[in-house]
Amino acid sequence: MEELMNILSELHPDVDFEKEERLVEDMILDSFDIVSLISEINEEFDVTITAKDMIPENFNSAKALYALIQRLEDE
Amino acid sequence: MLFTSYEFLGFTAALFLAYYCVPKKCQWPLLLAASYIFYFIAGPDYLIYILATTATTYGAARLIEQNADRQSAYLKEYKAELTKEEKKDYKEGQKRIRLRWLVVCLLLNTGILAVVKYTNFMIANINDVLAAFGGNRQLSFVTLALPLGISFYTFQAMGYLIDVYRGTIRAEKQFFRFALFVSFFPQLIQGPISRFGDLSESLFERHAFNGKTVCYGLQRMLWGYFKKMVIADRILAAVTTIIGDTGTYHGAYILVGMLFYTLELYADFTGGIDITIGIAEVMGIRIQENFNRPYFSKSLKEYWRRWHISMCAWFRDYVFYPVSSSGPMQKFTKFTRKRFKGALVRHLPVHLSSFVVWLATGVWHGASWNFIVWGLLNWAVLVVSEELEPLYARFHKRFLVGKSRSYRIFQMGRTFLLVCVLNLFDCYHALSDTFGMLASLFTSGNWQVLWDGSLMNLGLSGLDYGILAVGTLMLLLVSLSQRSGSVRDKIAAKPYAVRFCVWYGLFLIVLLMGAYGIGYDASQFIYNQF
Repeated sequence: MEELMNILSELHPDVDFEKEERLVEDMILDSFDIVSLISEINEEFDVTITAKDMIPENFNSAKALYALIQRLEDE
Repeated sequence: MLFTSYEFLGFTAALFLAYYCVPKKCQWPLLLAASYIFYFIAGPDYLIYILATTATTYGAARLIEQNADRQSAYLKEYKAELTKEEKKDYKEGQKRIRLRWLVVCLLLNTGILAVVKYTNFMIANINDVLAAFGGNRQLSFVTLALPLGISFYTFQAMGYLIDVYRGTIRAEKQFFRFALFVSFFPQLIQGPISRFGDLSESLFERHAFNGKTVCYGLQRMLWGYFKKMVIADRILAAVTTIIGDTGTYHGAYILVGMLFYTLELYADFTGGIDITIGIAEVMGIRIQENFNRPYFSKSLKEYWRRWHISMCAWFRDYVFYPVSSSGPMQKFTKFTRKRFKGALVRHLPVHLSSFVVWLATGVWHGASWNFIVWGLLNWAVLVVSEELEPLYARFHKRFLVGKSRSYRIFQMGRTFLLVCVLNLFDCYHALSDTFGMLASLFTSGNWQVLWDGSLMNLGLSGLDYGILAVGTLMLLLVSLSQRSGSVRDKIAAKPYAVRFCVWYGLFLIVLLMGAYGIGYDASQFIYNQF
């Protein structure tokens, strides 16, 4: 989780990713951010996030994103 | 049968009546019949195209889902016997089969779209190349019917197929229900491009007559007709005059033309969507919103989140995300991250994916270099904005303007002007005309036409200008009011006399001030041609 928080904080230093739960709905993360994020995550966690996974539910909070990473690691 | 024709009003009125008179289980079959009658009237030859898209997409989706179901059943049955590697190999093999169905269906349907929409554009370009090399031979243009709304229903069907492939929705089992999803007539000609998951529930469920819903739907339609007939079709005369004669109308006229066209496009397209959503609402069907007060955007990026929302979401989900998360693009990203440090280079893969999206968006809008350049200019502005973002942030911090009201208004004005300039690429057929007219803004020096009465010669009378001014003010006031919730809810909360005056007044305005008469061509909504 710590690595993920580092990636997120680097992208938007002014956002409190511990608390935010509507990152996509509130437009804190846009499609540009999501695409930048998946490259970092794929590399850091050795997973493959595909277009199918790029839905708001998976990117609305750090927790949801971490759950996605764990799910992909298990596959 | 155009939305603004008497035939269409009669058609929808009869449909509304029948919809609530037939047994509820017959409501969606009635809608299917109505949609096909609507399409048949538009052009009997078009039916074959929409039927082909419907049948192939339905079949491919069913095959993909059956394969996925078989895979799940097999893995469940042999869960204990198979090793992890065997399961992985099996899954990949099945996925390849599903991908094959997907690709075949996508190629077939986008192929149909490409042939009917772009063949003559390709021929024109080939002829240009042949002529440039001194060849005497020229290819002949072909006559192909462009089926009504083909870009919209093809995209809607392909979105459905991809969603089934991704497993985010279940494939529709009944062919005729799927046929209705593809052909639902109010959204057939200019969108929105609905998702099956969003539309299907309310499209197929049984609806009892609900006075409030019917009333709200009719009000929404009325507001759409007001935008289309009182504003868009009135201002069309001036726009046509200005863009029709580049020799006379240049310089300051272009500024007027850009502003007028941007107003026309807004009133025409959002008005059409209001009518679409209103018709559906009368029947209890929910269609997603396609606009969110776009001219209040503070940047082009924000504008594209608020204008033609369904199309932008389509390109994001089915082009931008797949391209940017694809294997080659991820490899390229890895490569740039390892080799280079600068932000621009690190962002290069995203910008490259975005380039593909904007190229496709331009091509989708029309078979013309104007649209392609329009798409790429949008892309260029977005890239520059993205890369200058840190600079803007420093500027806002240094001068403490980031959150001030006046600065926000400045940002909105700046974005609006930018959109006006980009819209000019919609207007002229030749790129040379577009660039020439843009340049004339700075070279003609004919600013006196703005106040010496020349604007009265654009096909609009003083009364027309007055109506347009009041109409635009109404659009602005409604948009401002929408910030704090539904305008219809607010009006509904008023006493009966006020409600009556508002809606009856609007009805009279449409009736008395809509653009009718000799020479008035209720031919097209601007987005019909896409």
